[in-house]
Amino acid sequence: MVEMSARRIARPSKSALWAALMLGAGVPGMAAALEWNLQPAVSSIAHDIHGLHEYVMILVTVLFVGVFGFMFYSVYAHRKSRGHKAEQFHENTTVEIIWTVIPAIILIIIAWPVTKTVVAQKDTTNPDITIKVTGYQWKWGYDYIKGEGEGISFISTTTTPRDQIEGRAPKGDHYLREVDNEMVVPIGKKVRVLTTAADVIHSWWIPAFGAKQDAMPGFIRDMWFKADTLGTFRGACVELCGKEHGFMPIVVRVVSPEDYTVWVSEQKKKLSATGGESMVASVAQDELTQRGAKVYAANCVACHQLSGKGVPPAFPALDGSKIVLGPKNDQIKLMLNGKPGTAMTAFGQQLSDAELASVITYTRNAWGNKTGETVQPSDVKALRQ
Amino acid sequence: MSAVLDNHAHDDHGHQGGYGGMMRWITTTNHKDIGTLYLWFSFIMFMVGGVMALVIRAELFSPGLQVVDPDFFNQMTTMHGLIMVFGAIMPAFVGFANWLIPMQIGAPDMAFARMNNWSFWLLPFAGSLLIISFFVPGGAPGVGWTMYAPLTVQMGIGMDLTIFAVHLLGMSSIMGSINIITTILNMRAPGMSLMRMPLFCWTWLITAYLLVAAMPVLAGAVTMTLTDRHFGTTFFNAAGGGDPVLYQHIFWFFGHPEVYIIALPAFGVVSQVLPAFSRKPLFGYASMVYATSAIAILSFIVWAHHMYTVGMPVTGQLFFMYATTLIAVPTGVKVFNWVATMWKGSLTFETPMLFAIGFLVLFTLGGFTGLVLSLVPIDIQLHDTYYVVAHFHYVMVAGALFAAFAGIYFWLPKWTGRMYDETLGKVHFWLTMIFFNVTFFVQHFSGLAGMPRRVPDYPLMFEMWNKISSIGAFGFGLSQLLFLYIVLKALRSGEKAPELPWEGADSLEWTHLPTPVPYHSFETPPVLK
Repeated sequence: MVEMSARRIARPSKSALWAALMLGAGVPGMAAALEWNLQPAVSSIAHDIHGLHEYVMILVTVLFVGVFGFMFYSVYAHRKSRGHKAEQFHENTTVEIIWTVIPAIILIIIAWPVTKTVVAQKDTTNPDITIKVTGYQWKWGYDYIKGEGEGISFISTTTTPRDQIEGRAPKGDHYLREVDNEMVVPIGKKVRVLTTAADVIHSWWIPAFGAKQDAMPGFIRDMWFKADTLGTFRGACVELCGKEHGFMPIVVRVVSPEDYTVWVSEQKKKLSATGGESMVASVAQDELTQRGAKVYAANCVACHQLSGKGVPPAFPALDGSKIVLGPKNDQIKLMLNGKPGTAMTAFGQQLSDAELASVITYTRNAWGNKTGETVQPSDVKALRQ
Repeated sequence: MSAVLDNHAHDDHGHQGGYGGMMRWITTTNHKDIGTLYLWFSFIMFMVGGVMALVIRAELFSPGLQVVDPDFFNQMTTMHGLIMVFGAIMPAFVGFANWLIPMQIGAPDMAFARMNNWSFWLLPFAGSLLIISFFVPGGAPGVGWTMYAPLTVQMGIGMDLTIFAVHLLGMSSIMGSINIITTILNMRAPGMSLMRMPLFCWTWLITAYLLVAAMPVLAGAVTMTLTDRHFGTTFFNAAGGGDPVLYQHIFWFFGHPEVYIIALPAFGVVSQVLPAFSRKPLFGYASMVYATSAIAILSFIVWAHHMYTVGMPVTGQLFFMYATTLIAVPTGVKVFNWVATMWKGSLTFETPMLFAIGFLVLFTLGGFTGLVLSLVPIDIQLHDTYYVVAHFHYVMVAGALFAAFAGIYFWLPKWTGRMYDETLGKVHFWLTMIFFNVTFFVQHFSGLAGMPRRVPDYPLMFEMWNKISSIGAFGFGLSQLLFLYIVLKALRSGEKAPELPWEGADSLEWTHLPTPVPYHSFETPPVLK
């Protein structure tokens, strides 16, 4: 899941061992092969979380063994078959006060270090870089809005092929945890992440950073992380967001400040290149449908299916659809603005004019749809509000 | 079931209205009949919800999509949750309440006998709505049992059916609760003071208050969802001035008390079973009552610990964290009291006792993972992962369900006059105990390692845990067919139960009523010393 520059050997932590001993469910031979504890921490907050988790696990394990030590002793020694006669005591105020007060004291002992971490976790002030993350059904949008890289903006979609998901091809190393555009951040810089969503609630999580924040449609929330290890870190959406919730990965690449500067300049170049696309007056139909097929595979196929048959009624068919075969302006408007109350998102926010023109041209000429019409980027541009 | 009835038919005043067959069950106002209906209904729902769980586990056996498509998978997780919580566990304990409360307090029946009938007969309609939702366009909602907005707005008509089902279930629960409160407060036999009641009655009295307070809140939440879907309101839509987080606050204001609505009656059952097989009075009766009340009160001020990741202010997170950890104190008191009840008793280990001990150990484990999850930083890491799934199955299954099994094995001889097969009962316990842990213990690990919940597919690193868990789930599911067999066998051909089947049992239904209990009991109040 996590590759780091210096790969660590998975080693079960103290708490995990305790847990295994305590319940007799640990299988030591499997410990090395199986992930059974928190992923290695690569941020200060994640380190804190690991420490707290071990601390609490040790505490509760001791309590568990203590309490049930008494119980199992009783099960062994006070059984009728051993001739034990029941005593009839049924209260003892002193004992009862003691076992009310002691847990309360233990809670205070736990609460102190935890409170410090809560406060640190919430301190999103003075970031080096601020990135807005937008959840869409079912992909992520990243906008670098402050600090080095300001103005970079891209959509990040899963690249795991349907063939792997549906068992027609062997699964890759990063099955379900790979994307076309990774979020890139420099090492050792405080990154403030603003989360929001365009449709339903999503939740952005990189386990190794200990950073998780729900993305609320119509609201901005924030959190922060500072990665202390180079490498690629992987997570996924963790709030149920509809059909493709399980196929919405998040990948963050932590690079050196120098590499980050290089990456930023590459992205800026790309941005200015795509900005010019819609200026081209006319694109040939072949070129549009070819590109459209790719856009379709990345954005539409999950709901409307490769066959264009959809999964009615929630996800209507495009093959033979009245909208696809109707006036092209209606289809462009639907693509730009989405359909409220359904999973049909407003693609105007995610795709360029050229991409929209391509995919619309593709749908109007794929499967049984033979309109022979093309939609040009300029048509899309004209209808953007 | 007919075997139960035949036993009573001869020596009783006959059944009300003289109905026989199906009409008898539809028109019955007898608390024992209604208790039986509740218990069978909950068992059927337990099977339906269990099949859904097995569909989920079958899909998760291997990475990739093999059995169902993601949309149907979401429908399964949603309906599994709703059916198990509202259709299986809650009605099971209402069934116990109906059977036991009048007999334990020396009352002839429940206070509102006809309303009692209606409380039950709403349930099959609610259950049917939930199941019909699979067959309407768009299928059942795939939103999770929590039904978070605004995903609910995207669902088909199945969502509306689910909302109406929740309304019916809520009405049923509220009426049942009013009945229980009234019965306990007004119909106790002379001399049965509140502090002499068996603890099961106490936990139900408190649970009934929780239900009356919490269920209308849920009804409000789903009604707002309904109007957001169809009538242009924007309670949960920022574009119209609403807020999706509002839904979560309302839902969990119901949802956390709901956890104790399920747990407290289970505490009550265990508090009857443990003393009986320890041949020793319950330790710390008064502190049990106070601890139960404290848990109930605290349950109303901790709801947002289900929402640490929505982006609350730091003071909000700290308040809800401190309040939540406080629940460990009264819960700890209960666990210590149960252990102290067994301490220096004279223990035997019949099936009800085994399930009660299983409850005690595994519920406490679930309580400890609850303490881990109550801590904000750790919860932010584990929220919406399989760790949470493991946690709540330890408290719901090893907690509530184990207690329900303990209760059935404990009272079945009293109710029916027939013993169950003790050997098979023990086999049922051990199979259930082992497969439960195989299924759910490993989910702690996949959760810690980062596997999100409610996903139909997962990265290869989680494969081994999921395989183990799926094998356990099928074992667990099949073991429950043995339970059905044991109960049917007891009803058909079980040995005749002795007058006092358990020598340590000492509440009124054991000491003041014959075995099996007659159809009408305590028509004149018992004389209490």
